[in-house]
Order: sequence, then C-alpha cells, then structure tokens
Amino acid sequence: MTTKDVKSVTGITVRLAGDSGDGMQLLGTQLTNTSALAGNDVATFPDFPAEIRAPRGTRAGVSGFQVQFAKEEIFTPGDTLDALVVMNPAALVTNIGDLRKGGILIANDDGFTDKDFKLAKVDANPLEATVINDSYRLFRVNMTELTRKAVSEHGLSPKVADRCKNFFAMGLVYWLFGRSLDPTLRFIEAKFGKKPEVASANEAALRAGWAYGETTEAFGESYQVEAAELEPGTYRNIMGNQALALGLVAASKLSNKELFYGTYPITPASDILHELTKHKNFGVRTFQAEDEIAAVCATIGAAFGGTMAVTASSGPGIALKAEAMGLGMMLELPMVVVNVQRGGPSTGLPTKTEQSDLLQSMFGRNGESPLPIIAPRSPADCFDMAIEAWRIAVECMVPVMLLSDGYIANGSEPWKLPEMAELPEIVVSHPEGADSDEPFLPYLRDENLSRPWAIPGTEGLMHRVGGLEKQHETGNVSYDPANHQFMVQTRANKVAKIAERIPEQDVVGETSGDLLVVSWGGTYGACLTAVRRCQEAGHRVSHAHIRYLNPLPRNIGDLLKSFDKVLVPELNMGQLRMLLRSEFLVDCIGFNKVQGKPFSVSELIEAIESHLPSAVPA
Amino acid sequence: MALPVLKAADFASDQDVRWCPGCGDYSILAQMKKVLPELGVPREKTVFISGIGCSSRFPYYMNTYGMHSIHGRAPTFATGLKATRPDLMVWVITGDGDALSIGGNHFIHVLRRNVDLNIVLFNNRIYGLTKGQYSPTTNEGQVTKSTPMGSIDHPLSPLSVALAAEATFVARSLDAHVKHLGMVLKRAAEHKGTSLVEVYQNCNVFNDGAMAYAQEKKQRADNVVELEHGKPLVFGKDNEKGIRLMGNHLQIVERSEVPDDDLLIHDEKDPNPSIQMMLARMRYPTMPEPIGVLRDVEGVATYNDQINDQVKLARETRGEGDLQKLISAGDTWVVK
Repeated sequence: MTTKDVKSVTGITVRLAGDSGDGMQLLGTQLTNTSALAGNDVATFPDFPAEIRAPRGTRAGVSGFQVQFAKEEIFTPGDTLDALVVMNPAALVTNIGDLRKGGILIANDDGFTDKDFKLAKVDANPLEATVINDSYRLFRVNMTELTRKAVSEHGLSPKVADRCKNFFAMGLVYWLFGRSLDPTLRFIEAKFGKKPEVASANEAALRAGWAYGETTEAFGESYQVEAAELEPGTYRNIMGNQALALGLVAASKLSNKELFYGTYPITPASDILHELTKHKNFGVRTFQAEDEIAAVCATIGAAFGGTMAVTASSGPGIALKAEAMGLGMMLELPMVVVNVQRGGPSTGLPTKTEQSDLLQSMFGRNGESPLPIIAPRSPADCFDMAIEAWRIAVECMVPVMLLSDGYIANGSEPWKLPEMAELPEIVVSHPEGADSDEPFLPYLRDENLSRPWAIPGTEGLMHRVGGLEKQHETGNVSYDPANHQFMVQTRANKVAKIAERIPEQDVVGETSGDLLVVSWGGTYGACLTAVRRCQEAGHRVSHAHIRYLNPLPRNIGDLLKSFDKVLVPELNMGQLRMLLRSEFLVDCIGFNKVQGKPFSVSELIEAIESHLPSAVPA
Repeated sequence: MALPVLKAADFASDQDVRWCPGCGDYSILAQMKKVLPELGVPREKTVFISGIGCSSRFPYYMNTYGMHSIHGRAPTFATGLKATRPDLMVWVITGDGDALSIGGNHFIHVLRRNVDLNIVLFNNRIYGLTKGQYSPTTNEGQVTKSTPMGSIDHPLSPLSVALAAEATFVARSLDAHVKHLGMVLKRAAEHKGTSLVEVYQNCNVFNDGAMAYAQEKKQRADNVVELEHGKPLVFGKDNEKGIRLMGNHLQIVERSEVPDDDLLIHDEKDPNPSIQMMLARMRYPTMPEPIGVLRDVEGVATYNDQINDQVKLARETRGEGDLQKLISAGDTWVVK
C-alpha cells in the first residue's frame, strides 16, 4: 500500500501511447485485466497502425491503448482522457488533444531527444512548451534510464534492457491508480518463465516503476477507483473476437456438432482463427485456405456434409466470398459468415473501425439473395450472438451474416460467465435413411419454410444441390418461369419469417417521445451512454439498439412512428437509415462519422440535443 | 447379409442428360457409371462435386450425392467436405477452363495438400458452355471466337502443373479409349490422396478433332504412348518405336536400331517427379503424348487424415473439451 494520500474517484480514463513495438498494447491489456480483477467495470479501445513496424518515432507509428475503469457501469472506453502516458514526441502530439485540461501527462523524458523531435516533425521539445506545462499536470520521467538501472543486474543487452521500459511505465501507472502488481507478476511468470533473465528483468522494471511513484517527490497523491456494483456472478475480462470464438465453440457443443472453420487471415478477424485453433479437443477443425473464396467454399462443403460450418473475414474478404454466399443461400445450407468490419472501401483503414458493410451484407450478391443478418453490440455480446447466428442458420437452413466490427473485436469488457448447462440446446435434425423407392424430396419445406438437411452417407436420400434454379420440392434443375418466381419468393419469405421468432425490439426509456436514437453494432455503448445522460437532463429521448438487422424486429415500424424524430447514428454514411427509411417511410435523420474512430459520447449528446424541440436552430 | 450388387444403371439419376449429341462427355459418364460398382462404395457414400461448364453438369446425372458449385472452386468444396467427412468418396468433376483458368489457384492447393479425393479434368481445349472462346489449354495460334488472329497465350499442361504441385497421383486418358479410361478412373479411385485424371475430351461443336491425333484409332499408335509401370516406353503400329533417356532429353528411337535395355522403363512409383515431368512435357507433334498413370506415389499423408488426427490427438492428450472450464479460463473474479 502507498504511504501517500489516496484520492477516491469514480472512474479514470487513461491512454498509453508510444511507438508500435514499445509494448503499449501489452501494457494496456495488463492494466485492463488488473482493473477488471479489482472489480471495476472496464472498457477498452486499442488503436494501432496497419504497418507492423511503422518507422520508429514517427507519427504514423504511434500505437495507443485506451482504457476506462470505473466503479459505475460503463459502456465506452471514455471520451476525454484523465491521464496520458507518452513514450515519445510523436505519441504526445498525436494524442494530447484528447487529454482534458488539468489531466495527468506522464512523459518518458528519455524519448524526447533531438532525433525524436525530427522524427515526429516537431521543431522544439514540446515538453518545454508553456501551453503544455500550463494546461496539464506534466510529469517528466527518465523511464529508459531508470529502467536500465533497475535491470542492470540481470545481464541483458542494452537493447533488451530498454525493451523493459513498458513494464516500468506499467509499474508507475499501477502505483498512480492503486492497482495490484500481482496479476501482472503472474503474467510475467507465465509469459517469460522460460527465459528467467527476461522474466526477472521485467519484474524488476515493474517494481521500479511502482517504487518511483511511491518515492519521488513529484507525485503527491494517487487515485483509487472502487469496485463497481455489477450483477453478482463470476466474471472475466474478454475481447470481442475471443468471445465470438468461444460462442462458436459453445454453439457447436449446444448443437452437438463438430465445428469447421474455414478462413483466410485478415485484420481484424484473424484472432478468431487464433483462438479457435487452440480448441481442437472440442472437435474444432480450422482450415486456413489459400484465399477467401476457398475459405467460404470449403465451409459450404463442410455444411453439405452435416458439420457446423463457419467462415469469417472482414469487408474485403466478404466481397470475395459474395458469389459463394449466394450459392450457400441457394443450396439452403446452414452456416455462419462472420464479418468483422473495418474502415473501407477496398483495403481502406485495415486497423480502424467502421460499420459500413451493412448494405454489402444485405445486397452484396447477384440476384435476389436475402440472408439473415445479426450484429453483436459489445465484446461480451459476441458470445451470445455467435450462438444465435448458428441457431437461426440451423432453423432456417441458410447462411447467417454476423456483423461484428474492429471496435468490438479488439475492445474488451467484463463478461459475466454463463452457466453452460443453462443455455438452451440447438436442435439439429437430419432426415433418416430410407430404402424405399419413394423419391426423396430435398426441397420439401417445413413450417419455417426450411428444407431438410439430408447429408451424404444417408441411404436412399441421394440428391444433388447446385446453383442452378431448383424445382420446388424435387430439387431438379428448372428453368420454369413460374417456378423461379416461386422459389425466389419462398427464399425471401423464409428469411422474413424469422421475425416471428426473434425478440421484439426493446427500448431504453419511454416507447414514445421527442426523439428515438436507433443504433446497431459497436456504437451501442456510446449511444446508450449519450441517451442516458440526455434522459438524466430531462429530455424525452429513448434508445433502441438493433441486434437483428435482417429481418428487423416485428415491432420496429410502430416504434419509429411513435417518436417525433428518429436519429440514426452510424459509423458509415447512413446505411441502416437507408433501410429504415425505405422499409417504413419514416424520415430518419442520420448522424454519420467515417473517421476510423468510434463515436464519443459528447458528440452524440450534441447531435441528440441539436434535434430536440428546445434546441435553437443553428 | 451380402451387399446388393450394383450395376452401372443404378448410378444413373432420373435426369435427362443434356450434352450435345456426339459430345465426349457421354463416354466419360458411361465409364464412371461402369467403374463405380466395381469399387464397392455405396451410392450414398459417393459424392460428385463440380464447378461450372459443360462437364460440371455431371453430378446431376449421377444417382449419388452431388453438388454443382461455382466456377473453378469445386476442389475447395470437396476439401471442406472430405476434411469433415473422411468416410465419403469424393469426386471432383471439372474442365480445362474451370480447373486451370478461374480455378488455377485451388487446383494447385488441393494437389499440394493431398486431400483424398479424385479430380477428373475434362480437357477439350476450348470453352464450350460459353460457346467457343479459347481456354488455358488451347494451342497457340488457334483461331477461336475470342482469338480471330490466333491465340497468343502459351497453353498450360495440367499434368505439368500437377507434378509441380507434388501431386501424388497424375494420369491421363482419352474419352474415346473407353477401356483405358475405365482403368485409369479405377486406379484414381484406389489411390489414397489427391488423384488427377486428365481426360482428352472432344468438343465436337467448338473444337472438333482438336485431339484427333490421339483420339483416332488410326493415328493413335504413332502419337500416343501408353504408360505401364515397370514396362519400357514403346509405341507405333507394331510397337516398332521406343523412347530412351539421352542426357536430359527423351528421344524417339527405332527399336530395330537400339536394344530394348536402352529404353526408358516407366516408374510411376518414383517419388522424384523429374522423369515423370519429362513425360508430361512430351507433346504432339514432336513427341508421342503419354496416356496412363504417370505417377502414383503412396504413403504421403493426406490432408483429411492429418486434420482429423490432430483433433483425435488433442482429445487424447487434453481430454474432451469442457466448455464451462474453457470459458472460465484465465483470471476471473466473483461479484457477490
């Protein structure tokens, strides 16, 4: 425990920024886990360049990790920063704009040399600037030098020794915010245990950072955030992609099906592959294909064989998968297609978030080719929605699009662990074999308009599927005009009927009022927080966050019409808004941002308020 | 109880076959239906997967499980199916445009992975279904609908590509040489690993007679050498010619002038594909073209075995996965 004054606060937003390679993501992850273990509610936002190692010290190479930890329930990683840790001038100039006035600025003074100024394209040392010193509580710490001293006994080369400075920074941050060192010490042991000299050096650096905070005169006080009042239960901290992968494994167990995952590496979806491939003892088979098309096609092949089949990618890969997805829809085979959206179009902003593939999911295939689309709203929600995707796919015999995004995928939050035994089973049935001469009808439909999932190996059910239009019931190739119209209509009806079996749209707030905020996907937390603040300020604002995007919940039209205005904030140019307007003829208003960054709560509040009756027109 | 004995007709679906009259595809279909009963694999355990093109209508005509998929991708569907259902016998039916143009990438990768399935590549050196454009195997200089001044593309040899991808079974046959075709298809089915059978198939509408030098009985003897494992390479009406290896080249010799001991003995089991590659590069009109099995190497692990073995091993060493344990892994905390 610290001997200095401890100030109690309700929440802290801190960002750690340095060169990609400085270990900022590791630092952030450790701080997050430690805070979660301390019982805080946490939300994170990692932000890193697309280049593996952008030129050192340049603005392009800045890697950042933001975390908010709080004693109250939070839904975003925070807008403005209470504290910013920077390892070099480039990190300072690119991040300082987000630090609140009076906030804590900790700089690695050793990273501020003439060479670093040149790389960051700044004329003079920004730490000397009056505006910096006047606006923030600046702490200049010789982290590199202090780290070298701390690890000098461990016999490391200067280069390796310098690499420990992120642990020094971590130790200092832990002291400042009253975090326990224990989880990170355990992490060091697990991660570097095979290299004892590196493990002990990192531990020494971590402890040195903590001791620096405790002993130096500069820091007069530290801060304490008490545990949040979360629902009782067992929790862990989880990232979106990880939750999604675990959800897929759970769905496979719940349906008593082995899991086949066909994919091709792409940011930000690859971590799903990395996670799944660890779980072969659950019957998980991962296939790293030669390209996106092979990945989705192998998935369809596996689905034909009766396996739970999943493919995942990001927008550019989904574009390549489009033709095969059309086939999957035509074959009426169940599978899950995950799109972890990123900034588009084309290669776009690979490491930045966006939600601009909704229309691609709706319409990005030739012909009339409707697919169900659902979207998780937060990292932990990825678990539930992965299960839901497979449930719909099986029930409907259709590929289901699961739209995640980079913000959810890399972000993390505390996850209340479900009791697996309490999750409902996913019932899968295959027609049994017959040795009669009765012809098998592979396109005979049930009450959901689904056809039977007859799988190879079953006697007497031999049939052929394919991308040519099929005759109703028999599945024979058919060019009959009326049959084509009937089949197109039937496939559309099949997807539309899902609306009968999904929950009605819920609303935070009253079911009528001045303004309804409608959101989907990863903007959930920011929109919810903004709406709650507006409600607290007395405004008649409500929030509907849509997780089922196609078909939409059955009550949504009435809901939209119950408000004077509907505001649809999206990290795209208005894709959900376009769908809502065309479907319900409601004049939804857009609030759109495509900067590769999530919404801040404050900009959403401003947008909401500008459409409220009391607002003075600009 | 004895298994019912199936006949060729049992493998025919109830669908009318709709290829052009005189198309070589009929012969391949007939041979396939003849060979399948001999393999002893039940119809319901047999799957045909095709891409797009005339040849790719094939699955509709078989009374087995089947999938008519998308252009060039049949090997990938087959890979996903075989990886998860190793109990099935999987055939890929494709054409020269399908496999080598749009599907070139997948063609290479299915072969190097050695997925245990059988690819039958119908090569008529033309695009039939899209009506007469040149294909990746069309001869240089050939005038087609899309090459009025003659094709300037160098043609691709599927056998060479397959050998370069380290395929474990590579063979060629002719639609018109039905007995030979049946033999090769059977050999392909019996091979464990990916087998590739290139079938010279006549498109009598858009490229009639393109391979007449090999197809027509009269010309065949002089233009084709039938490979047999352990036998010398001989050809000609009276087997009067042979092939020998001279330095780095294959050379045609008159058997009256050269002792038989000098002739090249075909070794389909040689894991080193160098000489098999030389055979694959023998081209009409300078050399007779080989038919039969160029390569049949056993003992190479298959993709489907390996992916399933890893799952088995993981279960043996770590036990069947426990979901509650899995989600609870790592640092957890309890809120009361």
